[in-house]
Amino acid sequence: MENIVHGVFLFLGLITVAFVLLITVYLIIAGMPAIGELGLFNFLFGKSWGPTYAVPEFGILPFILSSVYGTAGALLLGVPVGFFTAVYLAKLAPPKVKALVGAAVSLLAGIPSVVYGLVGMLVLVPAIRSIFNVPDGASLLAAIIVLSVMVLPSIINVSMTALEAVPKEYEDASLSLGASPIETYMRVTVPAAKSGIATAVVLGVGRALGEAMAVMMVSGNAPNMPSLFESVRFLTTAVASEMSYSSGLHRQALFSIALVLFLFIMLINAALNFILKHRKEG
Amino acid sequence: MSEIIKVKDLCLWYGSSQALKNISMDIPERSITAFIGPSGCGKSTFLKTLNRMNDLIPDVKITGEVKYDGRNIYGPGVDVNDLRREIGMVFQKPNPFPMSVYDNVAYGPRTHGIRSKAKLDEIVEKSLKNAAIWDELKDRLKKSALGLSGGQQQRLCIARSIAVKPEVVLLDEPTSALDPISTAKIEELIDELKREFTIVIVTHNMQQAARCADVTAFFYLGNLIEVGQTMQMFSTPNDRRTQDYITGRFG
Ligand SMILES: Nc1ncnc2c1ncn2[C@@H]1O[C@H](COP(=O)(O)OP(=O)(O)OP(=O)(O)O)[C@@H](O)[C@H]1O
Ligand SMILES: [Mg+2]
Repeated sequence: MENIVHGVFLFLGLITVAFVLLITVYLIIAGMPAIGELGLFNFLFGKSWGPTYAVPEFGILPFILSSVYGTAGALLLGVPVGFFTAVYLAKLAPPKVKALVGAAVSLLAGIPSVVYGLVGMLVLVPAIRSIFNVPDGASLLAAIIVLSVMVLPSIINVSMTALEAVPKEYEDASLSLGASPIETYMRVTVPAAKSGIATAVVLGVGRALGEAMAVMMVSGNAPNMPSLFESVRFLTTAVASEMSYSSGLHRQALFSIALVLFLFIMLINAALNFILKHRKEG
Repeated sequence: MSEIIKVKDLCLWYGSSQALKNISMDIPERSITAFIGPSGCGKSTFLKTLNRMNDLIPDVKITGEVKYDGRNIYGPGVDVNDLRREIGMVFQKPNPFPMSVYDNVAYGPRTHGIRSKAKLDEIVEKSLKNAAIWDELKDRLKKSALGLSGGQQQRLCIARSIAVKPEVVLLDEPTSALDPISTAKIEELIDELKREFTIVIVTHNMQQAARCADVTAFFYLGNLIEVGQTMQMFSTPNDRRTQDYITGRFG
């Protein structure tokens, strides 16, 4: 009996592993041909994407940079806001405020990305156009702002859990030395929770990098080299927006883009594992 | 001997349950005062009222007064952070920060604005020497404090608390988590420290009180039953309950 149960669980566990392997292998097989044909360097560092040009061009540097800048920008805005919110909620907020904000954060986490995209399209994009007086508000900036909101819940929740797990004894010691509560949180609690906070940031990176729908709706989706007020296309949206009508080398190139995105995400995961592994020594 | 802390009619409630009842006592300067009494009688609670560490617990109500240096610490206009710099605390469980030995000791001085490396070096060395742990730690100042033994950690915590040059050091059962050798070292240390600091120590260990303390106070069910010179208290207690407690009949 024990053995059967054990076997069933093992089987279920292996299904997950099988899927990961399947996806990895498939992406590699599907993604390699175009890279082979176009050359890795030309593919990654080509500045122009035009699969339907008379002489087709398959450079994905605009997508890579848009994804990197978009993610970096989202974190630049989202991390400070999320971090201070987490400190406030974990340490300072009165219980009622904490419950209210906590509920709002959970709700934020549950909103489907298409809704973020929709609100971004209807509110943010026109706002950017009129505030900055640009021809079109659908831009890298719009994507950054939407993504910064989308990464907030994971940053807040994960950092908050880490901050709350710091032993109260550390804080008592600091207070008994005459440090103020705020000083105590910033100089003792936050450093003691640093690996958890780093984890939160890495999760945010993963979220921002992997988001397609909301980004597609607010960024204009033109394959330009990134610039704050220009329409841009991310790695995710590059795959999503042309898959339906592509064929031949074009289609293969889209798979290659997916492979590049996949490698980015793998890198993020490796970083996360590294942090988690070194948590105890930290 | 002059009194550095004077407590008058101090009462404390956790919510609706009263943990301290009309406590009045004085704590003499540059001497060791011990609080003894059975578990739950309010020793830690009383100790924490002396540097307002109870402020952190929600729903605590305090009446009466605690005069430190002639001023009621529960009165208006008292800066709690300044107060805690002057009246420091060492806890039952050693609680060094997850930082290096050096940074632990330098934490307090840095908090109070000392930035100069030379000055910090000097304070760290002096505090560790005062806590009788310099020789053991001088070669591992940059190592994490979490790697030390429990006894070393506790002495480091004492060094950390004296690094801000307090007037009074409150110790809540500082040796209850330690082995006899570490305990002996800490008792010896406390005896040294009373030259420079006023020491108040909570202990469950009767011999410890008898060995170290100049003055002993016996608490029972939130009341201060008796306070007096340690010698007198252990040889001829005035109250029946004190006698029962120190002879081990309860607690
Ligand atoms: N944070 C708190 N909230 C509510 N009640 C508390 C709190 N801390 C202590 N008490 C209660 O106050 C009373 C005194 O507790 P205190 O910790 O001061 O006793 P103690 O003499 O230090 O005991 P011990 O020797 O076990 O450390 C106890 O009845 C305890 O249950
Ligand atoms: Mg206690």
